[in-house]
Amino acid sequence: MSAPLQTAPSSTAAAASLLSPTGAAGVRRQRRPRGWVWVVPALLVLGVFVYLPLLQNLQYSVMKWDIYGGGSSFIGLANYEKLAGDPVFWRALANNVAYAAVSLLCQVFGALLLAALVESMRSERWRRALRAIYFVPSAISLTVAGLLFYFVYEPELGILNAFLRGVGLESLTQAWLGQEGTAIWAVIAMSQWQGFGYSTLLFAIAIQRIPQDLYDAASLDGIGPVRRFLQVTVPLTREMTGLMIIVTLSGAFQVFNEVMVMTSGGPNNSSQVLVSWLYRMGFGRNDFGYAAAIATVIFVLTLGVALVQLAITRKRRVEW
Amino acid sequence: MVTRTGVLGVVARTFVASFLLALAVVVIYPLLWMVLNGFKTNTELFGNPFALPLQLTWENYAKAWNRGVSSYLMTSILVTVTATIATVFISAWAAYGLTRMQIPFSRTVLALILGGLMLAPAVALIPLVRMFQALGLYNTFWALLILYVAFRIPFTTFLIRAYMVDLPVEIEEAAAVDGAGKARAFWSIVLPMCKPILVSSVILNILFTWNEYLFAMVFTSGGDLQTLPIGLTNLMSKHGTEYPVVFAGMTIAAIPVILLFFLTQKYFVRGLADGVGK
Repeated sequence: MSAPLQTAPSSTAAAASLLSPTGAAGVRRQRRPRGWVWVVPALLVLGVFVYLPLLQNLQYSVMKWDIYGGGSSFIGLANYEKLAGDPVFWRALANNVAYAAVSLLCQVFGALLLAALVESMRSERWRRALRAIYFVPSAISLTVAGLLFYFVYEPELGILNAFLRGVGLESLTQAWLGQEGTAIWAVIAMSQWQGFGYSTLLFAIAIQRIPQDLYDAASLDGIGPVRRFLQVTVPLTREMTGLMIIVTLSGAFQVFNEVMVMTSGGPNNSSQVLVSWLYRMGFGRNDFGYAAAIATVIFVLTLGVALVQLAITRKRRVEW
Repeated sequence: MVTRTGVLGVVARTFVASFLLALAVVVIYPLLWMVLNGFKTNTELFGNPFALPLQLTWENYAKAWNRGVSSYLMTSILVTVTATIATVFISAWAAYGLTRMQIPFSRTVLALILGGLMLAPAVALIPLVRMFQALGLYNTFWALLILYVAFRIPFTTFLIRAYMVDLPVEIEEAAAVDGAGKARAFWSIVLPMCKPILVSSVILNILFTWNEYLFAMVFTSGGDLQTLPIGLTNLMSKHGTEYPVVFAGMTIAAIPVILLFFLTQKYFVRGLADGVGK
């Protein structure tokens, strides 16, 4: 006597998984309270170290903390009002938005185009080599990449200025990380160098899954490579594109590592991002309430992105 | 007509190939520069940046190793190994319960575990610091271990669960008839069948833990407890004038993950493909 074997919807998106009914799989379950034994460790760890601090953060954000550790008092929304009037907060948010925009351009749309170019090469050996080479910066940590580019941008010993001098663009040489106008852009540029190979590799995998007949049919119809990209590749990698947009957006609002390593938010707070500002307020000034308010903004932004993903996945499920 | 498109095609192909190659150089050259700078003297470093090192001595690498990098490396290895094992084990355990057991409120349980995917670690940072201080765990190995496990369970459970859901249950049922218990079925039947996704989970968790910065920076301040990402920034601030030593330290930190990538490329790529939900 065997249970009917049904395939439950397996998906790459976490959100989609939230929607799939657990009981749908044809797996026969045993009604025993001992089932809890299996999920309690995970629930306990998550409850204490993820959900509890998350709720506490909301509470902290409406409190004023005595800097000398004396205690705290309720101050309502004062921290949020302070936030609204803090120019560095807005600067940080704008930097995160710039981060998101550039990353979308390079690591989603640029990477898709790049993956299509790589996959259009005739030699499988070259395709494999290029995918691997592009990926290497994503394997090394952002700390190593950030430190490395700190030196690449360094005016005296760095290779960027030396390269510009070498090709006769002397006028463009500058202290990339030392000026308010260029610091955040230099950090963002490093981040693209570090991350584009990761998304290119994933898009390459998605493109490899497209049936070759579709390309052959398009070629027979006399459709050129540009239109093949637009009419076959783009629509058939839509799911991966959607996921990458979400991953990229969510990541862009959590940027911290490279900013700390390369500029610490300077000069003059020009390259602060939300998390680095939270860090400075919380651990530099012990203003826990204010830092918690910044954290709440990050919470709302990242949760918002995740909920949009959830909504889109749900809509697609209905459509298909 | 045919010739014209033929010529155009060749031109286009050459152009694309040159572009892809140029991009590969842009990616590789800074990394090569990093490795080579680890062999230079300070004077050479401030000379022509494109010059090769005059001699290949391991002096800077030895210096970096003795000035803390060996300790950072050991800590990184220890944290990565323990956190990865604990995360994958707890997640597989939970995934088994979620796919094979009738649990009351199972949908809520699932939503709670996978919902953790949507939460940014930075949001919990301030309360976590106070909590770990109160527990006496601040600046201990346990702080990093607990945090890495807690924040990676949702994603890892999501991966393993999605895989387990699709596994046939007949084999387990046959074993149940033979009198094997659930825990036994988990160990000797389900886990071996999940090997591909377990390998992917291990690789993704190694990559995450090895490179993690925020928690490592906030929750450790002692030298023995610091992982490579934090140790490297220390090396930079403490011996800031001896840049070649810093380059050597960066190279030592980068090599293990690059090796892992090239040695396990097949699994690595599949792991990434499995892990797009990140």
